[in-house]
Amino acid sequence: MRVVVLVKQVPDTWSPKRLRPGDFLLDRAAADGVVNELDTYAVEEALRIKEKHDDTTVIALTMGPPPAVEVVRKALQMGADEGVHVVDDALAGSDAMVSSLVLAAAIERIGFDLVITGVESTDARMGVLPAMLAERLGAAQATLAAEVKVDGREISVRRLAGGREFDVVAPLPAVVSVVEKINEPRYPSFKGIMAAKSKPLTTLSAADLGLDSNRVGLAGSATEVVAAEERSAERARVVIHDEGDAAARIVEFLASRKLL
Amino acid sequence: MSQVLVVVDHLDGVVSRPVLEALTAARGLGEAVAVAVGSGSGAAVERLGEYGATEVVVCEDPSVTSVLVAGVVELLARLVGERAPLAVLVPSTPEGKEIAGRLAVRIDGGVLTDVVEVRWDGGELRAVQAAFGGSTMVTSRVRRGVPVLTWRPNSLAATPAPVSPRVTEAPAPTISGGHARVRATRMAAASGRPALTEASVVVAGGRGVGSAENFRLIEELADALGAAVGASRAATDAGWLPHTAQVGQTGATVSPDLYIACGISGAIQHLAGMQTAKTIVAINKDPEAPIFQVADFGVVGDLHTIVPQLTAEIRARRVQE
Ligand SMILES: Cc1cc2nc3c(=O)[nH]c(=O)nc-3n(C[C@H](O)[C@H](O)[C@H](O)COP(=O)(O)OP(=O)(O)OC[C@H]3O[C@@H](n4cnc5c(N)ncnc54)[C@H](O)[C@@H]3O)c2cc1C
Ligand SMILES: Nc1ncnc2c1ncn2[C@@H]1O[C@H](COP(=O)(O)O)[C@@H](O)[C@H]1O
Repeated sequence: MRVVVLVKQVPDTWSPKRLRPGDFLLDRAAADGVVNELDTYAVEEALRIKEKHDDTTVIALTMGPPPAVEVVRKALQMGADEGVHVVDDALAGSDAMVSSLVLAAAIERIGFDLVITGVESTDARMGVLPAMLAERLGAAQATLAAEVKVDGREISVRRLAGGREFDVVAPLPAVVSVVEKINEPRYPSFKGIMAAKSKPLTTLSAADLGLDSNRVGLAGSATEVVAAEERSAERARVVIHDEGDAAARIVEFLASRKLL
Repeated sequence: MSQVLVVVDHLDGVVSRPVLEALTAARGLGEAVAVAVGSGSGAAVERLGEYGATEVVVCEDPSVTSVLVAGVVELLARLVGERAPLAVLVPSTPEGKEIAGRLAVRIDGGVLTDVVEVRWDGGELRAVQAAFGGSTMVTSRVRRGVPVLTWRPNSLAATPAPVSPRVTEAPAPTISGGHARVRATRMAAASGRPALTEASVVVAGGRGVGSAENFRLIEELADALGAAVGASRAATDAGWLPHTAQVGQTGATVSPDLYIACGISGAIQHLAGMQTAKTIVAINKDPEAPIFQVADFGVVGDLHTIVPQLTAEIRARRVQE
């Protein structure tokens, strides 16, 4: 079985995120890039499936600028077998439509039975990519999984969506996104870090995937940012210490804001 | 007038509040047409009319919702083909975002999530999104195809505009190929309180609450305020509340008028789900807790004494009124 696991590099969660004036792209230089935390659950789940099913190859895939290769390395250190990095200046500014186009092309080229992703990127927070990939790949969509079981050519998933829980069954090939309740991601071991150095890591350009530069990046995107405005959170930020009157003072505050 | 399709999120015909907001927004763009699928959708018609849906497209055939996401998308793609709407609006729930993403691929239109405002600008649609936890307002345009937008709850006040909608029964689409099928569905237990993502007031508790029994304090305050109850992941992981109460990155995103955080430290993953609340009150015994960075009114103190006092004060006020 070939399991492709998607990992994305995002700005460190605690760092302030901003759009560059001029082209309104995420200012990646302003913060350290780290692996999207939610994708480490996807890697862990792929590795657990590999441990249960013989003849499974786990391929970690990312699309992003040159430093993004670090997140593929991290997946290899955790235990993925191979890595693929789609990198091309022409991809800068790709929106969700283009990202899904490029990643679907890469997944098809890699060959897959199962695609596993995180539930959303912590930077853009769209949560649309897994469903878009299923549509593009013509694969079953078994997303928002809190539990995954693979049995032959069938997969069963416990799906958490909103206040509801679903038992879902799908044939392979399938696209699965995992919620963070599914497992506890492992840390790379020393052995894993050493082993990762000799694992195959392939670099692909848009042209390698048969995509013209006018179909990707800003040029190919279906949406375009036309303005961005930073809004300082207008918080009063009054902090008091309780001296027995805290409840009364909260009530006073709420009343002053007409919230009672 | 051209149509705007609004995808209806409902449970056996009971419409969720974000849908009413989306209808209100849609009316400002064109003629609002609601699309309701699944069991009980017929029962939603009256409510949708109250909020200005001139037409409700109904498809109760269970085959549509038994095929995860792809069934609804198939139906919507057909409607988009037939009607060439100005835009499609979907409530911004996890499933709503999946519907929007798939539909966008299918019809080759741009997709924008967590939209808080839509307007026309020189004959072109402009959508405003709150990005990075509300710290940046981003205005985008859709360059290609029919725009597919997910509408973030609590972004505007839903206003009624009663009409008698025309009801159109849509035949179920044929869905071929390998798809995920829903075998069973379980609901979160009904609490009698407003739904978390729809509530205008949320009272939330974290690890500092200390135990499942102590959550009674949080619930009593919530009931005094007519609020929903939320929790940090630490509290849901401990089993004090069901996971459906979790607010944050991997829980619900809420944007109420008032959020009261009790015994919550304010981890970045928690803030991601609540920092766009209009007013935030925090009670925490640690003056260094990051939650105070986003609070309008913070109290350093013990929630076990303050919360019951607060509940009593609010009840007393209610009685006086
Ligand atoms: C991938 C990932 C996703 C996550 N997603 C989410 C998410 O969606 N939502 C979420 O909430 N978390 C999420 N988390 C967890 C998050 O990082 C924090 O661990 C969690 O929010 C902490 O919960 P807490 O604030 O209740 O607990 P703590 O951080 O332990 O804070 C408890 C607070 O209570 C205060 N306190 C204790 N006793 C009292 C008292 N008697 N009176 C007043 N104050 C008191 C303490 O001073 C402390 O500040 C996620 C983590 C990861 C890794
Ligand atoms: N550029 C990318 N490279 C690899 N995976 C991605 C990329 N963008 C998104 N993903 C995957 O898709 C999931 C959902 O992303 P999103 O729809 O952007 O919130 C993420 O958790 C990742 O697993």
